Amino acid sequence: MTTDAVVSTSAAEPTFLLGKLSWNALPHDPIVLATMVVVIIGGAGLFALVTRYKLWGYLWKEWFTTVDHKKIGIMYMILGLVMFLRGFADAIMMRLQQVMAFGGSEGYLDSHHYDQIFTAHGVIMIFFVAMPFITGLMNYVVPLQIGARDVSFPFLNNFSFWMTAAGAMLTMASLFVGEFAATGWLAYPPLSGISYSPSVGVDYYIWALQIAGVGTTLSGINLIVTILKMRAPGMGLMKMPIFTWTSLCANILIVASFPVLTAVLSLLTLDRYVGTNFFTNDFGGSSMMYVNLIWIWGHPEVYILILPLFGVFSEVTSTFSGKKLFGYTSMVYATVVITILSYVVWLHHFFTMGSGASVNSFFGITTMVISIPTGAKLFNWLFTMYRGRIRFELPMMWTVAFMLTFTIGGMTGVLLAVPPADFVLHNSLFLIAHFHNVIIGGVLFGIFAAINYWWPKAFGFKLNQFWGKVSFWCWVPGFWVAFAPLYVLGLMGVTRRMRVFDDPSLQIWFAIAAVGAFMIAAGIAAMLIQFAVSIWKREALAETTGDPWDGRTLEWATSSPPPAYNFAFTPRIHALDAWYDMKGAGVEHPADGYKDIHMPSNTGTGVILAAISTVCGFALVWHIWWLAGASFAALIVTAIAHTFNYKRDYYIPAAEVASTEAARIRQLASAGA
Amino acid sequence: MRARPIMAAICLLPLLSGCGMIVLDPAGDVARQQGDLVVISTLLMLIIIVPVMALTCWFAWKYRAANTQATYKPDWDHSTQLELLIWAVPLLIIICLGAVTWVGTHLLDPYRPLARTAPGQPVGADVEPLEVQVVALHWKWLFIYPEQGIATVNELAVPEGRPLKFRISSSSVMNSFYVPAMAGQIYAMPGMETKLHAVFNETGNYEGFSANYSGAGFSNMRFGVRSMTPTGFERWAAQAKNRGTTLDRATYLKLERPSEKEPVRRYATVETGLFDRVVNMCVEPGKMCMHDMMAIDQRGGMGRAGLYNVRELSYDKFAARGTGATASDRYIAENCSNPELLGTSLARVEDQPVDLAQLTGAGLSRPRSGPLAAKSQTDKPSSARPALTPVSLTEPAS
Amino acid sequence: MASRTIAAGSDAPVYYEIDEHPHPEGHSTMLGFWIYLMSDCLIFAILFACYAVLGGNFAAGPGPRDLFDLNLIALNTAMLLFSSITYGFAMIAMQGKNVRHTQMWLAVTGLFGAAFLAIEIYEFAHLIHIGATPQRSAFLSAFFTLVGTHGLHVTFGLIWLVTLIVQLGRHGLNPANQRRVACLSLFWHFLDVIWIGVFTFVYLMGMLT
Repeated sequence: MTTDAVVSTSAAEPTFLLGKLSWNALPHDPIVLATMVVVIIGGAGLFALVTRYKLWGYLWKEWFTTVDHKKIGIMYMILGLVMFLRGFADAIMMRLQQVMAFGGSEGYLDSHHYDQIFTAHGVIMIFFVAMPFITGLMNYVVPLQIGARDVSFPFLNNFSFWMTAAGAMLTMASLFVGEFAATGWLAYPPLSGISYSPSVGVDYYIWALQIAGVGTTLSGINLIVTILKMRAPGMGLMKMPIFTWTSLCANILIVASFPVLTAVLSLLTLDRYVGTNFFTNDFGGSSMMYVNLIWIWGHPEVYILILPLFGVFSEVTSTFSGKKLFGYTSMVYATVVITILSYVVWLHHFFTMGSGASVNSFFGITTMVISIPTGAKLFNWLFTMYRGRIRFELPMMWTVAFMLTFTIGGMTGVLLAVPPADFVLHNSLFLIAHFHNVIIGGVLFGIFAAINYWWPKAFGFKLNQFWGKVSFWCWVPGFWVAFAPLYVLGLMGVTRRMRVFDDPSLQIWFAIAAVGAFMIAAGIAAMLIQFAVSIWKREALAETTGDPWDGRTLEWATSSPPPAYNFAFTPRIHALDAWYDMKGAGVEHPADGYKDIHMPSNTGTGVILAAISTVCGFALVWHIWWLAGASFAALIVTAIAHTFNYKRDYYIPAAEVASTEAARIRQLASAGA
Repeated sequence: MRARPIMAAICLLPLLSGCGMIVLDPAGDVARQQGDLVVISTLLMLIIIVPVMALTCWFAWKYRAANTQATYKPDWDHSTQLELLIWAVPLLIIICLGAVTWVGTHLLDPYRPLARTAPGQPVGADVEPLEVQVVALHWKWLFIYPEQGIATVNELAVPEGRPLKFRISSSSVMNSFYVPAMAGQIYAMPGMETKLHAVFNETGNYEGFSANYSGAGFSNMRFGVRSMTPTGFERWAAQAKNRGTTLDRATYLKLERPSEKEPVRRYATVETGLFDRVVNMCVEPGKMCMHDMMAIDQRGGMGRAGLYNVRELSYDKFAARGTGATASDRYIAENCSNPELLGTSLARVEDQPVDLAQLTGAGLSRPRSGPLAAKSQTDKPSSARPALTPVSLTEPAS
Repeated sequence: MASRTIAAGSDAPVYYEIDEHPHPEGHSTMLGFWIYLMSDCLIFAILFACYAVLGGNFAAGPGPRDLFDLNLIALNTAMLLFSSITYGFAMIAMQGKNVRHTQMWLAVTGLFGAAFLAIEIYEFAHLIHIGATPQRSAFLSAFFTLVGTHGLHVTFGLIWLVTLIVQLGRHGLNPANQRRVACLSLFWHFLDVIWIGVFTFVYLMGMLT
């Protein structure tokens, strides 16, 4: 019964030209092969269509090379959506495997595939779904909310996006060329070390995250500086919209935690590539240091994801309740407190490592303390609804669903923060249910609320309500059907990442969970239909006022979609809900006196740098040293060449601004008439 | 204990009828207290969760736009009393929960010897817990009973009512030792030892497993747990004792090779100090024990003389445990803190040669032979060394 | 700064800035660069932390006392400190709008930086030659990584420095170039500060214990 699964399957001698890459790297089993064929045909079809309609030039000029924060935001959202479909496909495969593999059945996935799937699911959902979604939202909304024309470093913004996309691309490449990590999404050593994971999977993991991490860190710096430096006159910190506040805190967390990830992954890289001894079992290495370091990044990461969505829920609740946000100040302080506290709780991810009781209690209690500001936020939303006039449009529906779902997730989270309780629930399906409860119920519901809320702003037409509601009613019950059984299974002592099961009494719960997963699939399908139908019927859903929801913050002051320059005249802020204040004062937009507007020019450097990075990452994964060296040199040369370009801006002539604004005024007049 | 009827009530809910929530209804006192803590904490939190959810529904209904009768105050956004309340109530609950946590964590610290075996049954000062040494191997579990001098694979048998003391380690990667019916889990980590104190209060057959993903064979890394009467346990141990096979270091090295779905195995005798060697990563002949290495490091290392004694220190750096030539002849061991080890004539476990170019990752050479030392790599190792200054172990250069 | 009032009545508050006074290009570069440096500082913090944890794990091999040559390191430190001073002179020259002097001082800084790197490479080569490779022990892994990461930063600083000298030659001290010189100055002094940490924490403390 000895297996040699730990020994790599392919043992071909590396070549100079292709490194470890050989025909063996291409998929052999039918599922992956079929997927690959479909993807290649689909990709070729897309390529042909774009070529047929001569869209390459348009895409390159208007989208790929753009430095407009709005377009970059939209591209982030598209990236998130595409990767979401991949991540969800992984989820469905896991649910099917777990419902099948009972009573001696091995299911349909062997451990080689199953282990990669749960790893890829985690990595993709966190890094290439949730992160692009929130970065996209912040990118789109923050400059508009603070009355700015763009972010502080528009080129960096484009570059950041393409680096994130490059990371996603490398992850996707691992599906068809070689394999992905089979270590779990945080790749704990020694399992992720070269001895126990000798194949390229972990290398794909490392380089995909490193490349995407560069993008994330830079976009974090960019947005912090934007928020601190580019606010419209009069907008003091305590007059900032709450979404901008939560974004500021999330970006501070990004800048203060992603370098830790970069560092710890670099050390793992050195262990794997050079043979150093940071996390090895021998020569004095310490694998537990990795676990500590990765969670020093990992816990703040959770708050990076959720904080901006707390901002979304605040904006949505206030707007749709037709009321000022209750307790703005305490909301801001709650956010800041969460930001700080998120750094002193990381150990709760491994109480079971055997730290002393005092250490465990300390981290348990700090974790619980975080629930106080979070609870305060919940009450603030509650009292924003109190004595309001709540319009149950889709964003508000998602918000209420969030409030009901997230409370349960928060409760089970605090439960897991009690160390003795964690000893019996750690790594169990209860834990899985808990973090899906907060990530789906918090982050994803928030993103759906945000998409429905800001879509009209971005595209000039609302989303179809019927299909939105279908999606909502599939998603919310579907979530509970999918994850409530996992709570039960966790209490039955079932652990995570299991591929096969003995006890037949568990099967029914997995079956229920699988039904839930298919309900969620229906919800996703309905959402895609919602987008398609809305685009198709965009004339009927058109939104000409720029302010479809009777909004309160500055983004609603401009047209939908906003012009490239966002605001013809920079607004001056007098109150917290700036646009609500302006509406109340009956302010009219000036109709003349336009000036030339200074704007950053598009550049292709970001795309090129990211493309070279992808090549470099791929070469490093496969040990193609000449290519890695050449592409790294190309990276440096391209970056230097870029700095020799001193002409990075242009002016939108006043006449063009005037005609754009005149069209908008005509549109408003016709809407008002 | 007051929480148990409530748990029973929850289990009686039609939805969950017949569920075997072992975590909330275990067979061991420690797990039971932990399960009770789950329930107590949940109830404490429900004090605030239930009103919040009820209020959410109520406000959502009452203040819907269609209800024009409801009060509408668009500019009301502050109330000091309310704000105090919404910060104070969660704070109070967290203070209670924090107190519960502090006490519970200390009382249920897995490192702490048991004070009671059941409510109202304190452990007498003369009661010696049964020690079981646990090793997580590549996808199976080894249990060593030093008191009985026996060992088992994938079967844990314990006497009911007697305190148990587990010393836990792992041979290669991180696992987690978890018997839900008995007590909460604790990680099993290579080169480290964790401890767990627990007890069974009922006899019966239960399941244990690894609760931390450890690679391809993880799903089948399960073991049977048999809680027996003390006499039954004596009989079981005597039976194992009579079987005749021995677990010595060579057998262990064979056993630790990766395998899945191992059947139950029992060993009549166990080589003395095997577990300590596992923890110190010196089961293989010629390896330096970690405690020796740490003692040397404590004294400031072995100086330049120690540069080349890498063979006795490489445990699984060049190949996964049990899959390759970890004791490669390419290295010399000039210093040996444990000379008796070299004298042992243990049969070397047949090695499956492993593609080392791949295992060292970058195609870079192994330690010591960096780019500049590459030249010497091809030479005979012993003659290629530069002159070394012998450093006394007991008197490190001060 | 005269803003025209839009709302009715001349005393009413202003809601739109009629007179465009755009943010000058690069007005937030320094803040952005500072934040970048802080994030870089975190990477070093992690490497220092690793060194603190692993620095005593010699794996029965050599420790700092057996390997480090303080005289060499003192020379190395002097090189880097001198380069910081000469960078200061470059900044003064830039303030005086003297392109040639700025370039010259930058070149001197580069020479000192290159000397620092050369000494560091010599040190590494020597260690590897005697067998004290990063693979030998966790202490050596942490040492090579911490010091090497700093060295890598200096290398990129040097590449940047050369680029900047060329750019100054082409475009003189225009605002963009001034900003770049100032950013590199921050970067260079930042590396100096990190090195002082390395020198104290790794070399001096290593020799003391």
